[in-house]
Amino acid sequence: MAKQLMKGNEAIGEAAIQAGCRYFFGYPITPQNEVPEYMSRRLPEVGGVFLQAESEVAAINMVYGAAGAGARVMTSSSSPGISLKQEGISYIAGSELPCVIINIIRGGPGLGGIQPAQSDYFQATKGGGHGDYNLFVFAPASVQEMVDLIMESFDIADYYRNPVMIMGDGTLGQMMEPVEFKAIKKRDLPPKDWATTGCVGREHNIINSLALVAENLEKHNWKLQEKYKQMKENEQRWELYKTEDAELVMVAYGTTARIVKSVVNKLREQGIKAGLLRPITIFPYPEKAFALLPDSVKAFLTVEMSAGQMVQDVRLAVNGKRPVHFCGRTGGIIPTPAEITKVAMEIMGGER
Amino acid sequence: MAEMIFAGFGGQGVMSMGMMVAYAGMIEEKNVSWIPSYGPEMRGGTANCAVVVTADEIGSPIITEPDVVVAMNLPSMTKFEPMLKPGGMLIYNSSLIDRKEGRDDITVIAVPANDLASELGNTRVANMIVMGTLLAKTKIVGVESIKKALRQVLPAHRHDLLGVNEDAMKRGAEYVK
Repeated sequence: MAKQLMKGNEAIGEAAIQAGCRYFFGYPITPQNEVPEYMSRRLPEVGGVFLQAESEVAAINMVYGAAGAGARVMTSSSSPGISLKQEGISYIAGSELPCVIINIIRGGPGLGGIQPAQSDYFQATKGGGHGDYNLFVFAPASVQEMVDLIMESFDIADYYRNPVMIMGDGTLGQMMEPVEFKAIKKRDLPPKDWATTGCVGREHNIINSLALVAENLEKHNWKLQEKYKQMKENEQRWELYKTEDAELVMVAYGTTARIVKSVVNKLREQGIKAGLLRPITIFPYPEKAFALLPDSVKAFLTVEMSAGQMVQDVRLAVNGKRPVHFCGRTGGIIPTPAEITKVAMEIMGGER
Repeated sequence: MAEMIFAGFGGQGVMSMGMMVAYAGMIEEKNVSWIPSYGPEMRGGTANCAVVVTADEIGSPIITEPDVVVAMNLPSMTKFEPMLKPGGMLIYNSSLIDRKEGRDDITVIAVPANDLASELGNTRVANMIVMGTLLAKTKIVGVESIKKALRQVLPAHRHDLLGVNEDAMKRGAEYVK
């Protein structure tokens, strides 16, 4: 298939359909409305179901139901809507069901604004709802990467029986870039013999997140933790850019990472050896990437569209070996290359 | 590398102008990105989109120092002229904008887009007049690529308008010859 110019939000919808998603339950919110719009048009064409629920709470529980029946199912929303979905997400994670959740982040807290932000990092990577659980979280930086990762996400969700979240922001949802839908390398997936598909000829399958006997619930929790451990061992992903001789490593993901890439080149023109570490998975966090950095690194600079969230994971990964600085804008403001460059220059000892 | 901002009020076709340039860049196998303004600034004078066309990898799709600004109305020019890179190019719609003074470190091109479009009998192709000017002055993408892109951007039932759009581009190019 030839490359086509597509809006991020529409590309999300097409990628899901090509990955075999046939059910979408959602509720409108800016800046991701083109996702449900696209699904409402395309899903009936492929024999799927699009349903606009009466609320986000209803939508996520419909996802819970469809996932329990073994279907490939997706929902999408933006920050305040994702907050409403947290109870359902915790139930889905507790019940070990696969599904894909899209969060096209806008500035918060509360209703906040509609401009791009990355201020839901904690919510996405540290649980979000109640209980000891984690989502598998991808943070793509381009429309093409978002498409590739979504197509893989359905397999990952099935493989781990765990919800996968794609964390984008308003920029990624609204921008158009050339995109190509390529077949992904399929994982070896076990049959969904746990799904509630009608129990003719077999024992009942029960999908539930209630476990009143503490010993049983603890056992269940250790089982979940074992999955997250496997994710940490096998699924960390990142991109290193010009870090081979870097003295300043900038850490950024998603849209911000693209801006930082421009900054890296600008700094190098001025004689500052900068590089970029771009996490692609943010859970599991790519700690392994930090071990690959050269000894030349003198300092780290984390750049985010938040007041400073991922910077905590950077500090954990760096473990006090080097200073970790932070530069962020919040509320829907996108940091400019000029202001990031200025902070980087200050760290590296001013103008040269 | 070309970083461009297309701005005007809703209905002037600035979004599709940017989209066509992005399409044409893709047809020419360059890297492209197109991003619209979708925030509250949409509700008061200027709609705009940022387009990057380059042979290199695109870093930020968000443009803070454009090489080219196309301003179809006054609020757009007021907002984006100051952002232009020194040595950049401002193309403005002189049918609607009376530019009295401004920066002298940029190239400024005035096109009476609405008047020229009226002469062609269709004021709605004012954007394609400016497109013609833009292509003649910058060679960011080829005219033939834009013609192909036009077939993608215009829905099939509007393909009867291909002719007048192409005429408008020609007129916009001739005007600055």
